[in-house]
Amino acid sequence: MTEIIVVTSGKGGVGKTTSSASLACGLAKAGKKTVVIDFDVGLRNLDLIMGCERRVVYDFVNVVHGEASLKQALIKDKRFDNLFVLAASQTRDKDALTKEGVEKVLNDLAAEGFDFILCDSPAGIEKGAFLAMYYADRAVVVVNPEVSSVRDSDRILGLLASKTKKAEDGERIIEHLLLTRYNPARVEKGEMLSIADVEEILGLKVVGVVPESPEVLQSSNSGNPVILDEASDAGQAYTDAVARILGEERPMRFTTVEKKSFFSKMFGG
Amino acid sequence: MGLLRNLIEQLEKLDSKPSSASTAKNRLQILVSQSRRDASAPDYMPRLRSELLEVIKKYVQVNDEAVKVNFEKDKDGIQEVLDIQIALPDKN
Repeated sequence: MTEIIVVTSGKGGVGKTTSSASLACGLAKAGKKTVVIDFDVGLRNLDLIMGCERRVVYDFVNVVHGEASLKQALIKDKRFDNLFVLAASQTRDKDALTKEGVEKVLNDLAAEGFDFILCDSPAGIEKGAFLAMYYADRAVVVVNPEVSSVRDSDRILGLLASKTKKAEDGERIIEHLLLTRYNPARVEKGEMLSIADVEEILGLKVVGVVPESPEVLQSSNSGNPVILDEASDAGQAYTDAVARILGEERPMRFTTVEKKSFFSKMFGG
Repeated sequence: MGLLRNLIEQLEKLDSKPSSASTAKNRLQILVSQSRRDASAPDYMPRLRSELLEVIKKYVQVNDEAVKVNFEKDKDGIQEVLDIQIALPDKN
């Protein structure tokens, strides 16, 4: 059974592509045959974050238009045998994708035996974002603890509940919040919305909390998704989120300020 | 020393105005409840509102914000109520 997961947010710059890349790597690492598709036609970026930008020959739009086969367009990840990337077109515009075209590609991927298809949505609520969510079984809504991001997430949750195939069939998409750029120290000072605040406002539990951390930028600089940096807090937080998506229960980590001990204060631990 | 600093921090907290995070939370809660109510309302609401406004304007001089139409469901979600409020201009 193939599960289609959309990674979406409404607002741009909250960490959709960063999260898509890390979740895809995490699922592959957990042994799941995974493909991650960039739906941001015209503004391709997932390939950069995944570190395969120089190997893009054919893209998602080429497959939709029958200009390349799925096999030709799927880029095999160099780190995991069971992970593939389908890049967005850099030259076409968002109208290059159609509902029927997207459905056919998703069906063909399911026939190839993929366990998970991750759809990395573009920002906004236009056609690309709509197509990325339309066939989803599950949604990961990436949200920052910040007013405009929370409001846009509410809007996206409304669309997930009404404008998707599942909704039209009278079913419900499984929805998750993924809180990123979380800064426990600022929350403690009352400068930032807390996990509980965001959960209460949106009426939904978080599936993961990724702390704001320098490793996220370092990872995208090098094209190695941060989940592969096992020493980093952000990487471990993504690993936990993947485990929860796969049904495991794990306590939240990196959500409180670490109280430094006398020893580490003295010696800079 | 740590103890004293903690005590001062606690006292400062008692004294301070509401944090910006709690302001953000309150603002968002109002917005989200409003948008969820709008989302559950029938599609004809904006048209109904503008047509009502037209009719009222034939008889009374009111401004465009004078008509408020709210669609509400009771707790069980069975009884639906169309709550229409029309603010008439001041007499003087």
